[in-house]
Amino acid sequence: MQVFLLRRSLGFLATLFAVSVIVFLVMNVLPGDPAVTILGIDSTEDARAALRAELGLDRPLWQRYGAWVWDAVRGDFGTSYFFRVPVSELIAERLPLTLPLAAFGMLATVTLGVTLGIIAAAQHGRPGDWAIMLLSQLGIAIPAFWLSILLVLLFAVKLRWLPPGGFPGWDDPVLALRSLILPTAALALVQSAVLARVTRSSALEVMRLDFVRTARATGLAPRRILGRHILPNALVPIVTIVGMQVAGVVTGTIVIENVFYLPGLGRLVFQSIANRDLFTVQALVVLFAAIVVTANFLVDIAYVLIDPRLKGRLA
Amino acid sequence: MIRRAPVNLWIGGALVAMMTAIALLSLVWTPYDHTLLDIPAKFAAPSAEHWLGTDQLGRDVVSLLMAASVNSLTVAFVAVGLGGAIGTLLGLAASAWGGWVEAIVMRLVDLGFAFPALLFAIMLAAAFGPSLSNAILAIAFINIPVFARVARGAANQIWTRDFVLAGQAAGMGRAALTRDHILPNIAAPIIVQATIEFAVAILAEAALSYLGLGAQPPMPSWGRMLSEAQTLMYLAPELAIYPGLCIILAVLGFGLLGDGLRDVTDPRLARTRA
Amino acid sequence: MIRASGITVRFGSHAALRDVSLQLDPGQRLGIVGESGSGKSMLGLTLMGMLPSSAKLDGQLHVDGQDMSTAADRQWRSLRARRVAMVFQEPASALNPLRRVGDTVMEPLRLHLRLDRKAAQQRMLELLDETGIQEPALKARQYPHELSGGQRQRVLIALALACDPALLIADEPTTALDAHVGLRITELLVRLARDRGMALVFISHDLAAVARTVDDVAVMYGGEVVERGPVAEVLRAPQHPYTQGLLAARPPLDAGQLRRRLPVVPGNVPAMADLPLGCRFAGRCHVELPRCAATRPSETSLSPGRSAACHHLPDPSI
Repeated sequence: MQVFLLRRSLGFLATLFAVSVIVFLVMNVLPGDPAVTILGIDSTEDARAALRAELGLDRPLWQRYGAWVWDAVRGDFGTSYFFRVPVSELIAERLPLTLPLAAFGMLATVTLGVTLGIIAAAQHGRPGDWAIMLLSQLGIAIPAFWLSILLVLLFAVKLRWLPPGGFPGWDDPVLALRSLILPTAALALVQSAVLARVTRSSALEVMRLDFVRTARATGLAPRRILGRHILPNALVPIVTIVGMQVAGVVTGTIVIENVFYLPGLGRLVFQSIANRDLFTVQALVVLFAAIVVTANFLVDIAYVLIDPRLKGRLA
Repeated sequence: MIRRAPVNLWIGGALVAMMTAIALLSLVWTPYDHTLLDIPAKFAAPSAEHWLGTDQLGRDVVSLLMAASVNSLTVAFVAVGLGGAIGTLLGLAASAWGGWVEAIVMRLVDLGFAFPALLFAIMLAAAFGPSLSNAILAIAFINIPVFARVARGAANQIWTRDFVLAGQAAGMGRAALTRDHILPNIAAPIIVQATIEFAVAILAEAALSYLGLGAQPPMPSWGRMLSEAQTLMYLAPELAIYPGLCIILAVLGFGLLGDGLRDVTDPRLARTRA
Repeated sequence: MIRASGITVRFGSHAALRDVSLQLDPGQRLGIVGESGSGKSMLGLTLMGMLPSSAKLDGQLHVDGQDMSTAADRQWRSLRARRVAMVFQEPASALNPLRRVGDTVMEPLRLHLRLDRKAAQQRMLELLDETGIQEPALKARQYPHELSGGQRQRVLIALALACDPALLIADEPTTALDAHVGLRITELLVRLARDRGMALVFISHDLAAVARTVDDVAVMYGGEVVERGPVAEVLRAPQHPYTQGLLAARPPLDAGQLRRRLPVVPGNVPAMADLPLGCRFAGRCHVELPRCAATRPSETSLSPGRSAACHHLPDPSI
């Protein structure tokens, strides 16, 4: 077990390292001169030289990488060239929006996906199953941003129940939550479609196993068999998908924030691209990638905690 | 056992055929020139002249949608082709040589999954400015690990077959064996995966173009049409409907076709569904 | 306690059980013998009310005087575990892999008998002890994959006994186990049935295991009971050609090499669709008469509690 954890942790750190190298190379080396990227091709050589000196771009590549990683580990992501404030401040400012949005999105995705999947499995071959499968097929094909637009058209433009976009801040929690309803729904409806399918097939697989028959022979009610015996076993493979869906939800927030004009990290990325704020984008991309990698790492660990058989094998 | 062609194969195939036909048709004919501006006729309601009306610049919506379908399919084709080719080669190499080659390829594959297409497109856009070719590169990139994994898994099974062992015994090299025996035999799963990834690519292109990281004006694109329509939601909500429907039909078509092909070519999966 | 007569189970047009009658009294131990596909497991599921939903049940089935032949699952549920319980063949997969075995055994105690946590735990440990599990407190905390096959089967028996059933059905409980472990399990079943005055239906294709476990035996072929009687008599003087074949094909009754080999009767059990109209054994039988393929032999009583269904029965006086 300890060996397993140690190996996974080392692999996790290696992946994080590789991610940082890739991001650094793509953003600093491939384009040639970051000073030109930031200032534009019509900038003067003097201005570029001044910027290089200011940002330390005149140092050798490995030194720049080393400094960047060393600073990032200590929570310093450099200074935004456009906003002239530390990037970490920009992130801290917007995290209170993006984090709850991602968390709500994930929560709603798992709740909706697993519930629908289990219902479909319990209804296997009957109309309920068909309806859920049809909906999920549709959900997989719907672009999240288009679903967002439809939701806005219906609930904001037509019915005027909810705000079409924007975020009033957490001063008034009710208003804040109201403005997160549609974005959360857009995230979850699309993501839960995949989860519902996986849950269904996983549950159907488990239903065929012998211990379900044992549970029936013990006189347990179908509801209890479903909840206490089938569901926990079906969840084992679902956990992997949930890990992957963290990636979907995280990048989903980037898209959704732009659809709903929510001033979060995703919005910041796009502002920074428009502002040619290269190093802010770099910091954010690494941050997003790190979240995805971390989620998958945690899922690997969770797997072992859920399934005692794995724990035994790794001991 | 009689195997019926599954329903999803038929529906998917029909949708894909329709999409492809429309895209090809639009190369030689569209009701109107989709770049033709007719400001006085803007926001026209659907009519005999303009089946789905006109947009904010008086362009014919049907013509725009048709022209955009070419863009969608081309992007998907190039991106999946590029990423699929590289990924398949990597997977074949990993399977053929094993050892450290395999170790490196699989590490790269794991790494690839850390970057969703959107993140990659964002990096490229920040470094080079947003463009359709960057979007294609980003979509191609995320396809590499997918195909590497599928190709390696499928190839590993073929390597244990008798005819491959016979070839090995006859002194054929690993590269030659891969070319002559492995590749033809993993074509089915690769094609199935490509069809499914086609759907993913269309969805990704639409999202990237919607966000301004893909097709740039004046190039027609479903995603870009949606981002324009969103700003006009109070004026002409229906403009936000049609491009979305096109995306759904295309994605659904390729997705169903891919599922159907898999059901037909992989009896192991077909049985578990029965 | 259990009165079944004329039980027929159909899947579409095929009968998996045909006209099976059965009577079980408290404390009686009955063996059901036959090759795989003979319908013996289906009979077990019928007595549990656990037939697949695609199956159609005809005939009379009374449990404790209650007519269960048309009972809904809800009604059966109140009988399962409390009146009739069942142990299945594959102990490796018959336990929920994510639960500690103690928790699995406690579930019916808490739900059906409404014991509180402490009492249920106490009772669970007693049950594990009763079924011969060493160090029950330790084993109760383990997961199924940490136990041996024999231990798992004992846990399953403990689970089945949790609510003091009047009848325990054991479907091939020794098949997946090593011979000597299987021997211990049959000994356990006999002891439990005796101590508790519990009826036992022991389903097996292993004649040796049946011989040492039960008092009476019913031999099944093609979904029908072809012969029945006290186990010693049936084994000593089998009347039905099929039983004779089974016995001839039996591996030597040497305790040292009591292997679980399938008895071999020439030919194969016909697929349900291909069953002959008359005697189901027609075609494989070594004493076949012309009428065998055409008309079905009915069960003929040979002596009290002893009967066979064959057109070619020797003089009943022996």
